[in-house]
Amino acid sequence: MNAPIAERPLVEVRGLAMHFPISEGIVITRKIGAVKAVDGIDFAIKRGETLGLVGESGCGKTTTGRCILRLEKPTAGEILFDGQDVNRMERRDLVALRRRMQVIFQDPYSSLNPRMKVGDIIGEPIKVHGVEPDARRRRDKVRELLSVCGLDPKFSDRYPHEMSGGQRQRVGIARALALDPEFIVCDEAVSALDVSIQAQVVNLLEDLRERFGLTYLFIAHDLSVVRHLCQRVAVMYLGRIVEMADSDELFDNPMHPYTQALLSAVPIPDPRVEAARAFQPTRGEVPSPINPPSGCVFHPRCPMAVDGCKQARPVLRELRPRHWVACSEVNG
Amino acid sequence: MPPLLEVRALHTEFRTGAGLVRAVDGISYTVEAGETVAIVGESGSGKSVGALSILRLIPDPPGRITGGEILFDGKDLRRLTEPEMREIRGRDIGMVFQEPMTSLNPVLTIARQITETLEQHQGADRDTAERRALELLEMVGIADPARRLKQYPHQLSGGMRQRVMIAVALACNPKLIIADEPTTALDVTIQAQILELMKSLTVRLGVAQIIITHNLGVVARYASRVNVMYAGRIVEAGSAEAIYHNPRHPYTMALLKSVPRLDQPRRARLDPVEGQPPDLTRLDGGCAFRPRCRFAVEQCAQAQPPLAPAGEPGHLSACFRSAELAVLQDVAA
Repeated sequence: MNAPIAERPLVEVRGLAMHFPISEGIVITRKIGAVKAVDGIDFAIKRGETLGLVGESGCGKTTTGRCILRLEKPTAGEILFDGQDVNRMERRDLVALRRRMQVIFQDPYSSLNPRMKVGDIIGEPIKVHGVEPDARRRRDKVRELLSVCGLDPKFSDRYPHEMSGGQRQRVGIARALALDPEFIVCDEAVSALDVSIQAQVVNLLEDLRERFGLTYLFIAHDLSVVRHLCQRVAVMYLGRIVEMADSDELFDNPMHPYTQALLSAVPIPDPRVEAARAFQPTRGEVPSPINPPSGCVFHPRCPMAVDGCKQARPVLRELRPRHWVACSEVNG
Repeated sequence: MPPLLEVRALHTEFRTGAGLVRAVDGISYTVEAGETVAIVGESGSGKSVGALSILRLIPDPPGRITGGEILFDGKDLRRLTEPEMREIRGRDIGMVFQEPMTSLNPVLTIARQITETLEQHQGADRDTAERRALELLEMVGIADPARRLKQYPHQLSGGMRQRVMIAVALACNPKLIIADEPTTALDVTIQAQILELMKSLTVRLGVAQIIITHNLGVVARYASRVNVMYAGRIVEAGSAEAIYHNPRHPYTMALLKSVPRLDQPRRARLDPVEGQPPDLTRLDGGCAFRPRCRFAVEQCAQAQPPLAPAGEPGHLSACFRSAELAVLQDVAA
């Protein structure tokens, strides 16, 4: 039943759905609806691979990451980490699992405890998991992690507010690395950084991936960063994956109308290129995930939509090798 | 004809616990009637403080405009009384901010947000103002405007709220709109819609625009002229074409090289601007970019380089080595 280890993906998501209930009333509450944050998605991430998850706010990309980390219990579907279903794990297995998967958040201002010194922030997971009970050796490990992340080891004694945004994000990364994880969810990990600092942190994430053989789920809305960092990319819209392909293939040959809309909306930092582009913004706004459109969720905004798109929900089809598209109107 | 707006040697300071911060340290630039000028910079570069200073919206204390002139339409805004200034804000100069939820009044209907401005500045009566409000909502592309007028800001999406902000900004036919990161909080497809809307309306109505942003793509798509700010100063200024294709300041050059581009082949590695952003409480007398600059020489520590002509007419760079940079860049690459 189990595939050989070498071929088995590190992370496998099958039919994942996360519906947050909306209730009414204070004393007697009743459920009146649900926010379909994630509505049936499948993907797998190979060991050593970086999968990009892109989409606009409310598309479910962050919720997907949280489900994989078991920070949310999904409504339906399975999440297999190294072959084990994370939602059926015993407490003891779960503790071990937590060491193997980590997260880097967007906002280094709010994800670091302002009252803790940087050394304690990074050392805490090592202590909590009992990896290194000896305080001195733990300090050494922290210093090493700081220098791996491009920070002076003397930052150990500083507080987060004494550092710049880029330096704080490096602390967040050092903390994520503290337990030698295999898999890291980077949730908008470079989005809050200044342009000049963003490239530094992107390079650091790449270096760490090579050095420690890490596997990333890179959740972001900035398509140019995603293209640079990811081998494969999944585009989400309103809780569903609408297109998934190898990074170069997806960006060179986007097939889903939504992916095309997203790509054309990104302005290129070059006035000559921009002047030569005929640009037509996509009409409309992202509908509510409480009451998503019928059929294909993109149909109200889609320039290619036909009557059939309102009825049947399109499934992901492999229209070109390793290139999956959920649109009934495009063909390979 | 004098420019619509001329900012001369503007200085704005903040007294903070960590010391005196010269958030805006002597910036000068002009905006001609009807044109779009971008002010680009990273956090702390002074781009927003510079714009708020024009409107005299700097909270005092801790901030204070300490020097310079702001000549708008023939008047020095620094010399106006507060009531006179209030007349200018919202009437002659419209404002669009990053977060429309915090700049719209949450307890007023959309209609009231717009009619208030019209009644205040143009002495319009209720009926006229309401008709105009409806017209404005249609103009900014809000569907079903009559229904929307009766709603409150929280009932609108982020993109729609920003459209309302634009309607408010345009209500009194201003000569200038200052837009501070107008689309940063919005999704990419909505960002594109809002920027297109602002562009077409300002062109159609002949309104000049100052767009303040950190997004180099937005600048390339929408601005004709660009001012690049670093540590409270303008380090480079020129046409968008000159700034992007013939940059003459090491910071601009490094910034442009650091961003991955969707229209170019994927690079093996990004080329970041090394080092950390400047600490404005600890600037010395030299060039603030010096610690991160790969072309820095001894002279850069001695004095702050002035903004001086470089390349084509109207192209300015605050770098002692701006003339050599084109050559140096090739050698370094």
